[in-house]
Amino acid sequence: MIAADRPSPAPAKLLAIDAEGQIRHKRRSDLAMLFDAGDLIVANDAATLPASLSGTHQASGKPVEVRLAAWRSSPATRGRGTAEGGGGGGPLHHAAHGPPPPSQATWEEPAVALPWLADPTRFVALVFGAGDYRTPTEHRPPPPLIEPGDRLALGPLVATIANVLGHPRLVELCFAGGGDAVLAAIARHGRPVQYAHVHAPLALWDVWTRIAARPIAFEPPSAGLALDWRTLAAWRRRGVGFATLTHAAGLSSTGDPALDRRLPFDEPYRIPASTAVAIARTRSRGGRIVAIGTTVVRALESAAGADGGIEAGDGVATGRITRATRLRVVDAVLTGVHQPGEGHYELLGAFAGDATLDRMAAEAEARFYRAHEFGDSVLIERQPRAPRRYSTAPMIGPYPPCPGGSLRPSAGA
Amino acid sequence: MQADTRIDGLRVAVTGGTSGLGLALVEQLAALGADVAFVARTAASVERTAQATGVHGIVGDVGAKDDIYPIALQIAGRLGGLDVLVNNASSLGPAPLALLADTQCEALAEALQVNVIGPFRLTRALYGALAQSAREERGALVVNISSDAAVNAYPTWGAYGASKAALRHLTAIWGEEAAADGVRFLSVDPGDMDTPLHAIAVPDADPSTLKRPADSARELIAAIVAALPGRAARAVA
Repeated sequence: MIAADRPSPAPAKLLAIDAEGQIRHKRRSDLAMLFDAGDLIVANDAATLPASLSGTHQASGKPVEVRLAAWRSSPATRGRGTAEGGGGGGPLHHAAHGPPPPSQATWEEPAVALPWLADPTRFVALVFGAGDYRTPTEHRPPPPLIEPGDRLALGPLVATIANVLGHPRLVELCFAGGGDAVLAAIARHGRPVQYAHVHAPLALWDVWTRIAARPIAFEPPSAGLALDWRTLAAWRRRGVGFATLTHAAGLSSTGDPALDRRLPFDEPYRIPASTAVAIARTRSRGGRIVAIGTTVVRALESAAGADGGIEAGDGVATGRITRATRLRVVDAVLTGVHQPGEGHYELLGAFAGDATLDRMAAEAEARFYRAHEFGDSVLIERQPRAPRRYSTAPMIGPYPPCPGGSLRPSAGA
Repeated sequence: MQADTRIDGLRVAVTGGTSGLGLALVEQLAALGADVAFVARTAASVERTAQATGVHGIVGDVGAKDDIYPIALQIAGRLGGLDVLVNNASSLGPAPLALLADTQCEALAEALQVNVIGPFRLTRALYGALAQSAREERGALVVNISSDAAVNAYPTWGAYGASKAALRHLTAIWGEEAAADGVRFLSVDPGDMDTPLHAIAVPDADPSTLKRPADSARELIAAIVAALPGRAARAVA
C-alpha cells in the first residue's frame, strides 16, 4: 500500500468485497455499472470548511496552528445517540453518556442550535505549536500553554479560548464578530486541513466533493470524491437510487494517541425527509443501502430505530462504530483504503470479519492500492453473521458556554 | 412591499448586488421575504447595501479564480444551501467601448473572465448545493443575465457581445445537461436599463429612454417564480 501524494482523479482502483467475502479488483469508474436497479446510494453532501488557521498565541507571542475540529454542540442538538448510545428510545432519546436532558421546550425547538443556522463563531479546536501540515501531526510540537481567556490572533480573526477540554491541545474557542464577518474571515484566511502525505497545499476545490452543498465538515467526506455527475447519471439511467444526508465530519486525526482515542468527536447530521422516504422504500423492496463513506454509516446507524427505520431530521452522532456494532440500515460502504489500527478500519469490522479484512489488507498491499483521502477505494458489503452485543465508547462530554464578554476584539487586533 | 409566499424563504444569491439590476433584485427579493446573499467587489459598497437591505453581503470578485470558493462557501454557509443563483455581475470589456480591431486582448479577456468563466466557476462550485435543493424539492435555478448584444452584432460591443453570446450558449447546454438533476437554467435579457454599466457604455444616453432597473428586477423575479413550478402554484399572501 502506498500513500497518494496528491489529489488525482487518475485511473483509481476499486477493491470490491461482496457479501460472500469474495474480493474483486476493478476500476473506480466501474462504480457507474455496479449496483442493481432498486439499490439506493446514500452520500454525504457536506462541503468542507478551510479549518486550518495559522496565527499567534497573544500571551506568549508564539506561533500556533488552529484546526477547527467540531461544532460546539449544544445540549439541544444532543438528542440522538448512536446505535450503541442509548438503546431503544425514539429519535430524541438521550445518549447514555450525554448531558442531563434540557427542558421540554428545548426539545421542541432543536433547530436553534444547528450549526447551519447558528453563528459560525464557536468551535472545538485543536491547537498545534509552530510549523504546518508538512510535519506529520504526531511530530508537531505542542502549543504554548493555553488557558481560558487567552486570545489567538489568526489572520483577520481573533479567537478567545473559552475552555481547555482536558488536554493541552483541545480547546473550545469563540471568534469575535458576527456570523457573516467570521465566516468571511475563515473563507479568506483558512486552509483545508491536510496531512503530511499530500505535499502541495490543498485548495478548497481539491477537497469539495462534486455534490458538496452546505459547508459544515472539518475534513472532506472523502469517499464522496469518487463521485461525479456522470456516475450519478449512469445510476439514474439504471434505476439505482441516489440520496444524500449532511453530516459534519470532524477531524480524523490529532497526532496524539490519547486524543485520537476520543475520535470521532460528536458530529451533527441532518437527514432530509426525501432521503428517509427513499431508504424506507428501498428496504421494503429488498434493495441494498450503499453508504458513500463512513460518515454516512455513522449518521444512518445513529438515526436508525431498532427496526432499521430512519426518521428524518437532525441529530448528533456520538458513538463509534466497531466490530461490535450490529448494522441496522447500511448494507455496503464505499470508503478509502484503510490500514489496521485506523478508526475507519475498525468501522469496517461492522461489515466483515477479521479473516476477510486481513485478505483485503493483504491484497491492497500486494496490488499497490493507494491509501488516504485522495487514494483508491474499497467497497465492502455487509456479511451475514450472528448478532452481537452493542458497545458504548465514551466521547467528549458537554461543553460549558462561552464566557460572557469574550466576543469583543481586543484593541489593535 | 409585502412578503410573497412564492418567494418567502427562497435562498437566492445575486452577484453584482450593489448597483443597477443586481441592487434592485436584492432590494425586492429581501422585501418579498427571500433569504438573500449578494456579492460585489468593493467592501464599502457591500457594507452599505448589507446595512440598507439587512441581507448577507459578501466581498469578492467573480472574475478572480481564487475568490470563487470563498464566495461559494459564504453563500452556502450563510444561506444553509442555495435555491437560486443569479449571475448578474458583468464587465463591459473595453471602456469606453471600442472597435474589435482597437480592443486590447486584455479587455476581451476581462469580459470573458467576468461574464463567462466567473459564472461557470461559481455555478460549478455551487452546483452541489443547487442539486441538493432540487433533491429536497425546493426547486433549483441558475439565472444568467444576458443581453440583446448576445444575439445581435452591434459594432463596438464586440468583447461584451461575444462574452454574453458564450454565456447564453453555456446556459442552454448546461440547462440540457442539468435537467435530470432537477436544476434549471435560464438566460434572461433584462433590456437596456439606466445602470452604471450602461452609463459607461453609452455616456450620452437619455435616461428617460431607458428601462428602470426596478422594472427589470420585477420581471426577473416573475421569471424566477415561473421557473420554480412548486412555487408558481402557491397563492400570493
